[in-house]
Amino acid sequence: MANRKIGAQTVRFENRPYIIGRGNIGGKKEGEGPIADSFDQILDDDMFEEKSWEKAECKMLEAAMEKAMKRAQLEKENIDIMLCGDLVNQIMTSSFAARDLHIPFLGLYGACSTMTESLAIGSMLVDGGFARSILAGASSHFCTAERQFRMPVEHGNQRPTSAQWTATAAGAVVVSEWPHGITKGMSVVRVCEATIGKVMDAGIRDANQMGAAMAPAAVDTLLNHLQDTKRDIDYYDLVVTGDLGYIGKEIMSDLLADAGLNRKKIFSHYDDCGTMLYSKEQDVHGGGSGCGCSASVFAGKLLKDMEQGKYRRILLMSTGALLSTISPFQGESIPGIAHAVALEVE
Amino acid sequence: MLQISEEQNKEKEKQKKEIGKAYGKYAKQFTPKPKYFSNCVKAFLTGGIICVAALAVQNRLQAAGISEKDAGAFVTMGLVILAQLLTGLGIFDVIAKHAGAGVIVPITGFANSMVAPAIEFKKEGPVLGVGSKLFTVAGPVLVCGISAATVTGIIYWFIEKF
Repeated sequence: MANRKIGAQTVRFENRPYIIGRGNIGGKKEGEGPIADSFDQILDDDMFEEKSWEKAECKMLEAAMEKAMKRAQLEKENIDIMLCGDLVNQIMTSSFAARDLHIPFLGLYGACSTMTESLAIGSMLVDGGFARSILAGASSHFCTAERQFRMPVEHGNQRPTSAQWTATAAGAVVVSEWPHGITKGMSVVRVCEATIGKVMDAGIRDANQMGAAMAPAAVDTLLNHLQDTKRDIDYYDLVVTGDLGYIGKEIMSDLLADAGLNRKKIFSHYDDCGTMLYSKEQDVHGGGSGCGCSASVFAGKLLKDMEQGKYRRILLMSTGALLSTISPFQGESIPGIAHAVALEVE
Repeated sequence: MLQISEEQNKEKEKQKKEIGKAYGKYAKQFTPKPKYFSNCVKAFLTGGIICVAALAVQNRLQAAGISEKDAGAFVTMGLVILAQLLTGLGIFDVIAKHAGAGVIVPITGFANSMVAPAIEFKKEGPVLGVGSKLFTVAGPVLVCGISAATVTGIIYWFIEKF
């Protein structure tokens, strides 16, 4: 029965589901970055006129989802399942957004890899005939993540050079079995394959070294994807990881070259969302991170670029650091994960 | 049999640790080093300015006829209030980003470490929010500081006795 499975970890979608809607939203800092114009909405204030940061993040996720549905010209009654996740304990943001949107909901947690996790599972549901249209998304908020994983926001501590900046952003896409609302001549992005990643732990214990902790997982997933699909990295116009940041990106490139991939090809075909979202002058040290980082860059810049013909094939690989709020204190190292989703313009 | 598997486990753990160490070292090559020298200079200057200013105020107070002990207490209170105010206005963390230990080591750092969680956990209520989280940052420092002081005190007492 498992006729869509190819190789060790990859599935190939027979019906290649369509991405017919996208929506994203960014915070103030994201709105000052180099890809500010790819956001549907930018907040003046990260509180988003709410009483708490958690509420603000929830509102952001809802806004991104609503934008995606609007672009897809679908009402929420037409969405069969909503799949999303975030970083707040017990994925509060997603569950509370699902409460307000009132769409059948599957909550996911893959830390910052949630965007490709939701996109991969959502595409499987659509491809398998279990849903007509699904919403896949993820969100993060600098303040909700900071207070939960690190220090109170107003605390005067210095961030190490490797620390990454959790993006205040959300992104969502509508994946459908039918190119609803797409007229002839318009380009549409389709989901071709998905590679589910393994949890990899290289023994990094420093919670400020997320890029280094996640890079081995991203390398493993990419190599497995290329092997399963019998492709080289230059098959894709862009291979893009979620939030490895500047340090993780360099490690990833180095490890890939060690694994036998051509350095030139890596250099010209690989990038990272965490290095796209902010400019170096924005004082983000290691680059962007968080579920919202890859979600908003994907649902904004990347899909836009694909629609406009800049890229034909993209391999999106959101990366997650699967630490908990207590695990670093118990001396545990930080396991990483990465899922890959291959997209193609038609 | 059980012993062997235990030994194997230990061996595995050791291997894991070694891999972690080697990879950590490898990852460090890609990590930019903090600017220790300029950070130290900045911390020295800001910390110094704070202390000089505080002493100047104390001298003024003493010149106005307040006793040395009371003047010291007033200055301490002034520093704490100022740090709290700056934390509340969202300025303290911006200063601390540059000044580092220069503002963290004086009592201003302590004031900040109390007010920051107080602001943060206000939404969870006055008792279970602010009340329980007020000392999340300062608490460990207090516990360790008082413990260290106790141990030092006992050692000191022994030395004096014999």
